Amino acid sequence: MVPTSYYLILSAILFGLGMIAFVFKRNIITIFMAIELMLNAVNLAFVAFSKAFGKSDGEVFVLFVIVVAAAEAAVGLGIIILTARNRRSLNVERVDLLKL
Amino acid sequence: MHPILDYLWIIPLLPLVGSAINGIFGWNWSKNTINAVALGSTGLSFLCAIEAVREFREYFAQYHQPFTKHFVDWIVAYQDLTIGFDLQIDHLTVVMLLVVTGVGFLIHIYSTGYMAHEEGYFRFFAYMNLFMFFMLLLVLSANYVVLFVGWEGVGLCSYLLVGFYYLKHSAAQAGKKAFIVNRIGDFGFMLGMFLLFRTFHSLDFHTVFEAASQPNVAHEGLGQFGILTAACLLLFVGATGKSAQIPLYVWLPDAMEGPTPVSALIHAATMVTAGVYVVARSHVLFLHSETAMFVVAIVGCATAFFAATIGLVQSDIKKVLAYSTVSQLGYMFLGCGVGAFGAGIFHLMTHAFFKALLFLSAGSVIHAMGGEQDMWQMGGLASKIKVTFWCMLFGTIAIAGFFPFAAFFSKDAILFAAFNSQPDGKALYAVGLFAAILTSFYMFRLVWLTFFGKSRYDEHHVHVHESPKNMTVPLMILAFLALTGGWFAFPALFGGKDYFTDFLSPVFGSREIAGGEALHSLELTLSGVAMVAATLGLIVAWRMYAKDVKRGPEKGLHKLLYNKYYVDEIYQGAIVGPLVWISRNILWKAVDEGTIDGAVNGIGYGVREIGDGVRHAQSGNTRSYAVWVLVGAVVVFGIIFWPIIHPALFGGIR
Repeated sequence: MVPTSYYLILSAILFGLGMIAFVFKRNIITIFMAIELMLNAVNLAFVAFSKAFGKSDGEVFVLFVIVVAAAEAAVGLGIIILTARNRRSLNVERVDLLKL
Repeated sequence: MHPILDYLWIIPLLPLVGSAINGIFGWNWSKNTINAVALGSTGLSFLCAIEAVREFREYFAQYHQPFTKHFVDWIVAYQDLTIGFDLQIDHLTVVMLLVVTGVGFLIHIYSTGYMAHEEGYFRFFAYMNLFMFFMLLLVLSANYVVLFVGWEGVGLCSYLLVGFYYLKHSAAQAGKKAFIVNRIGDFGFMLGMFLLFRTFHSLDFHTVFEAASQPNVAHEGLGQFGILTAACLLLFVGATGKSAQIPLYVWLPDAMEGPTPVSALIHAATMVTAGVYVVARSHVLFLHSETAMFVVAIVGCATAFFAATIGLVQSDIKKVLAYSTVSQLGYMFLGCGVGAFGAGIFHLMTHAFFKALLFLSAGSVIHAMGGEQDMWQMGGLASKIKVTFWCMLFGTIAIAGFFPFAAFFSKDAILFAAFNSQPDGKALYAVGLFAAILTSFYMFRLVWLTFFGKSRYDEHHVHVHESPKNMTVPLMILAFLALTGGWFAFPALFGGKDYFTDFLSPVFGSREIAGGEALHSLELTLSGVAMVAATLGLIVAWRMYAKDVKRGPEKGLHKLLYNKYYVDEIYQGAIVGPLVWISRNILWKAVDEGTIDGAVNGIGYGVREIGDGVRHAQSGNTRSYAVWVLVGAVVVFGIIFWPIIHPALFGGIR
C-alpha cells in the first residue's frame, strides 16, 4: 500500500513542473500542455484524497475536471489555430494586442 | 344662511382665477377680453366683499364675536402643530377688505387706460390680479401662517410689477432691491412667528391673543425686555420691511420704477400698509409690551419726519409721492405706537384714498407728458389737463390736512393720541406736527411746479392731452373719497362720536381717555394748530415756487436732502459692498471654487493619476499574467493557512 503522501508529493511535483513550464515556455502549445499537466496534478490529488478518506467525492470532482479540460482543450486549440493562422507564429510574446 | 361667509375663500379665489386665466391664455387675446377677465374678477370680488361685510354685520349682531371659519387642515405636523386654512372677518378685516377690493378695482379700471399702449398687457393684469389674491389672503387670514403666505405673495407680486419693464436695467435692479430688502424684514417676521409658536403653541390669532390676554401673562413695562417684547419687535421688523420704515424703507422710492398704477395700488394704498395691519392685528401682544410700543412710535415718528425732509427736494414727481408714502406710513405706525390703533387704521384708509388719487393723478400727468416724470420739465399744465389738475389738487389738500378733507381727521386723530400719550407724547407730537408742515410744503411744491408757472417743456414735441375717461373717472371717484373719507370722525369735532374708532372698538376695545370737556377743547386746539401748520406749508411753498423758478444747483443741506442723506450709498458701502466682497472672494473663490470644486476635481485627478500608474501592469504578456495569478494564489494560500504557518515558521524562535 503506497502512502497517500507519496501521491500528494507526486501531485505537487507535477503541478510545480506545469507551473514552471507555464511561466517560462514561449510556445503556446507547450503552455497549453502545461495547463493540462497542472489539471492532472490536481486530479491526482483528488483521487488520492478520495482513496484516503474512502469517499467518492474526489472521484466525482475528477470527472468534472476532465469534462472542463476537454471543453477547454476544444476552445483552446481553436484559439491556438486561429492565432497561428493570423500571426504565423506560436510565440506568446507576440500575442500582446490587449496591452496599452 | 350666509352664502358668502360660508364660502369666504371665494373673495380671494376670484382674482386668482382671473390671474390664472389671463396669465395662461391671455397672450394673444384682445385687450377687451383681458379687461373683461381682470375687471370682472376684481369687480366680482368687490361685490362679494360688500356682501360678506353685510352678512358679517348680521352675524356680529347675533354672536358678538369675529367670524372665523376653518376650511381645510393645511399643515398637520404632529399633535402640537396643526395649521388650518382658516379665514376670518372682524371689523378690522372689514376695513382692509373694502379698501383693498374697492381701491384695487378702481386702479384696475384706471390701468386699462394707462397701460393701453404698453407691451405685456396681459402679463400686467395677471400680476395685478395675483396681487389682489395674495393681499386678500393676507387680510382675511385667521392665523399667522396663512397671513405669511399672503405677506410673501404680495412681496412676490411687488417684485414682478416693479420689474415690469424688465428690459430696463434700473427697473430690474429696483425689483431685486424691493425683494431683497423685504426678505430681511420677512426673516424677522418668521422669527417672530416661531417665538409666538414656542410660547403659545399655536399660531391662530384667536388662540394666541386669548393666551396673551390671560392675567398671568406678565405686562412688560418700558425698558423691560421679555418674550412678548421680543416677539413684537420681531414682527415689527417684518413690518418695517413691508411698510418701508427706517431702516428698511430704501426699497420703496426705487420701486417707483414700476408702472404708475402699480405704485398707486401696491406701493401706496395696499401692500405697504400690510405692516401697519399686522401691528394692529397683533395689538393684544403689543399692548403687553410698552418697550415694543415705544419702539414702534419712535420709528414711525422718525420715519414720518425723515422721509418728509427727503421729499422736500426731489424732482421726480413719483419720488416725491414715494417719500410722502413712507412718511405717511410713519404716521400710521406712530398712531399704533401710542396705542391709537383705530386712528392708525383710520389714516391707513384715508391714505389709501388720497395717495391712490395722487399717484393716479401723477400717472395721468406723466401720461399727458408722454412719459416725462421730472417736475422741472413740466409747469403750466393746469389749464391743459383740468380734470387731472383738480383731482391732484383735491389729493394735495387732503394729504396736507385741510378741513374738511380726509387727512385732517385721520392725521389729527394720530397727533392727538400722540400728544396725550406717555411718556414722550409732547416730543412725538412736535416732530409729527413739523412733519405735517413739511408734508403740506412738498405737496404744494409739487402742485406748483407741475401745474403753474410757465411751461418748461418743449411744446413742439410734447403734446399735452387729457387722459381718457377710464382714467379720469376713477380719479374723480377717488377724489370724492379723499374729500369725504374722513367724515366718519366729523361728529367728534363737535363732541360727538368718532364713528370709525367706534366701528373698530370690537377689535381694539374702546379706551376712553378721561378728561371730558377739557380734552375736547384740547382736541379742537390741536386741530387748529394742525390747520395752521398746513397753511404754513402752503404759504412757504407758494412763496418759493409760485413765481417762475429756475432749478438752482443743489448745495449744502439741499444737496444732502436731494441725495437722500446718502443712505443708499451708506448701505452700499457698509452692507452691500462687504457682503458682495465676502460672497465673491470667500464664498465664491475660496469656498466654492477652492474647496468644493477643488475636492471634486482633486478626486477625479487623483483617480486618473492612479490609473495612469496602474495601467502599466496591463503588459499584454500572458506569462506575466500567469505570474500574477501565481502570486495571488500564494497570497490567498498564505492568508488561509496563516494560523498553521505562523507557529510553524516562528514558533521555534519564540
